[in-house]
Amino acid sequence: MTLFRRSEFIIACILFAAMIIIGLINPAFWSLDNLFGLLRSNVIIGIMALGVLVVMISGGIDVSFTAFAAAAMYLTIKLMIYTGYEGVFLPFVAATLIGLFLGAFNAFFIHTFRMIPLIVTLGTGSVVRGLLLGLVGTSVINIDKMPQQLIAFAKTDLVSLTSATGTNFGLTAMILIYLGLALVTHLFLRYTLAGRSIFALGGAPEAANRVGFNTRRTLIFVYCFAGALAGFAGLLHGSMIWLANPRDFAGLELDVIAAVVLGGASIFGGRGSVIGTLLGVFMLVMVKNSLIIMKVDTTWQRVVVGLIIIVATALTAWRDRKKLV
Amino acid sequence: MQNSSFAKRIFGQDRNILQLLVITVLVFALMSYLNPDKFLRYYNFESITYIMPELGILAIAMMIAMLTGGIDLSVVGIANLAGILAGVFFHSVIVGTSQSTGMLLLYTGIGVLMALAIGLLAGVLNGFLISKLRITPILATLGTGQIFTGLAVVLTGGPAIVGFPDAWNFIGNGKILGIATPFILFVVVAGAVAVLLTRTTLGVNLMLIGTNPRAAIFAGLRKDRMIFYSYMMTGLLAAIAGVILSGRTNAAKSDYGASYLLQAILIAVLGGTNPAGGKGRVLGVSIALIALMLLSSGFQILRFSNHLIDFIWGGFLLLVIALNAFRNTDR
Repeated sequence: MTLFRRSEFIIACILFAAMIIIGLINPAFWSLDNLFGLLRSNVIIGIMALGVLVVMISGGIDVSFTAFAAAAMYLTIKLMIYTGYEGVFLPFVAATLIGLFLGAFNAFFIHTFRMIPLIVTLGTGSVVRGLLLGLVGTSVINIDKMPQQLIAFAKTDLVSLTSATGTNFGLTAMILIYLGLALVTHLFLRYTLAGRSIFALGGAPEAANRVGFNTRRTLIFVYCFAGALAGFAGLLHGSMIWLANPRDFAGLELDVIAAVVLGGASIFGGRGSVIGTLLGVFMLVMVKNSLIIMKVDTTWQRVVVGLIIIVATALTAWRDRKKLV
Repeated sequence: MQNSSFAKRIFGQDRNILQLLVITVLVFALMSYLNPDKFLRYYNFESITYIMPELGILAIAMMIAMLTGGIDLSVVGIANLAGILAGVFFHSVIVGTSQSTGMLLLYTGIGVLMALAIGLLAGVLNGFLISKLRITPILATLGTGQIFTGLAVVLTGGPAIVGFPDAWNFIGNGKILGIATPFILFVVVAGAVAVLLTRTTLGVNLMLIGTNPRAAIFAGLRKDRMIFYSYMMTGLLAAIAGVILSGRTNAAKSDYGASYLLQAILIAVLGGTNPAGGKGRVLGVSIALIALMLLSSGFQILRFSNHLIDFIWGGFLLLVIALNAFRNTDR
């Protein structure tokens, strides 16, 4: 009985219905080539969405993470080229730390000055992107300059197949990193005291404080976590597309927030799950990517994303309607 | 005595306006010091009066949304859509140059009305989603902003629409008695909004709703309807900004003024608007606007890149947040 009332279940149903409809319009949707491509497009948005999910559960919002991702990617790769460092592990640690450090700024401003997270993160995002483009540079680092080991790492496939036309395609192994991070986030949110404190903070900050949760630490953790994941995702994105463009990710924050809301998280905090977010991300990526398959002009993409946000938020608002004054 | 009571009425109870004036003077002094020969020219101030209005009207629109604790992230989308819709209309009716001036004026009038109507309609959509469907303003306007920008892309297919009639350009580029038309429009709009917020039931209700929504409902205020009206006003103002923007640049494009969103929020917050609701004055927003226009024109004269100016805007926003927090702990 409870299964059918869970929002994850409803999202999954809608997702399957959408897949069947898209498959009916164009059977090419079900080709392994297309499905592998879809999963690949999930990775970056998905990793960022995990961070946004945690922020949203705590009752906040973050629109600066895309700027952090761009900064972490560009700075790390510039540094690698400058020092001639060859390797994979350390750069990812560095990118994650850059994101974490920038996320700490968000936490500092939000906590110290008790300011609305949206406005703080608009400011920090603008500061970071402005500094990155204004001081570090605007030029794109091309494939011939990109660290080869990063590219080789991101090229790893789980399955490699050859299609009927003779082109090679495969399922990227990066999907394992994404799912691994999702599992860790899920276990953390569900089974650790720190994870529960995030739900407590988002559900009722004052109550969480009085029960004895250290809300300050929770808040700092939440924004650092989102920043760290964004930094990691940024470098992974650069490695996967073989380019480092400091202008990347502009406007992506809307897609990520849409995916998280679509996955059933409440912007008021206290509600949301990793499984829902995975489904939400898949839904958003699928609809966006399938417009071409469905022969819809790509200029409609933003309208469709906007409609998805409205429908998803209207549904969650309807679900939460009793809570409102 | 009368002088001080007049000053009190202008400045109100909050010391915010005074702080703003000090910031403005400081910015002015700093920029005059850094580039004395270029900053203090008449031309510089004249060009500010052309660039300032569109941003100022967007900031006032943002303030109105913030009065009830909301926010409108779709203002830039509305502004662009309004300009583009008028542009598409002109392209479809004005073929060749054989039109008489009277007809062109008529078409321009219709174009302005269409732009304002689409702004009002966009505001109605936002108001409906927020007050009837109870979607949080952040998410509702995030979604509608995508829709409006998306429709703008669909209408134009990407590139800018150019070729507006002369009368349309007059709105953004003309002069009346030596003063920039957009500046006059800004003063009129700002004055009208100020009167609306302080002298009418609607304005007072909005302040009360923002201060304490629950108490406002128990006091019998029609909260939903008031919020609905406030987003209609926001939409209409955004469309006016869109008309001025496309008139000034003689073009309309789906991604014009993308950085205006942050700047509008910044000016509203710097102008003493409380994003949690209940506080905001047109006078404060206007002074904040002047301060920031002086700042950015000064840095532009210093040949700072646009990216660095974005950085300065963001840094200023964070600084203001910190300043406001310290001022509030004083009490």
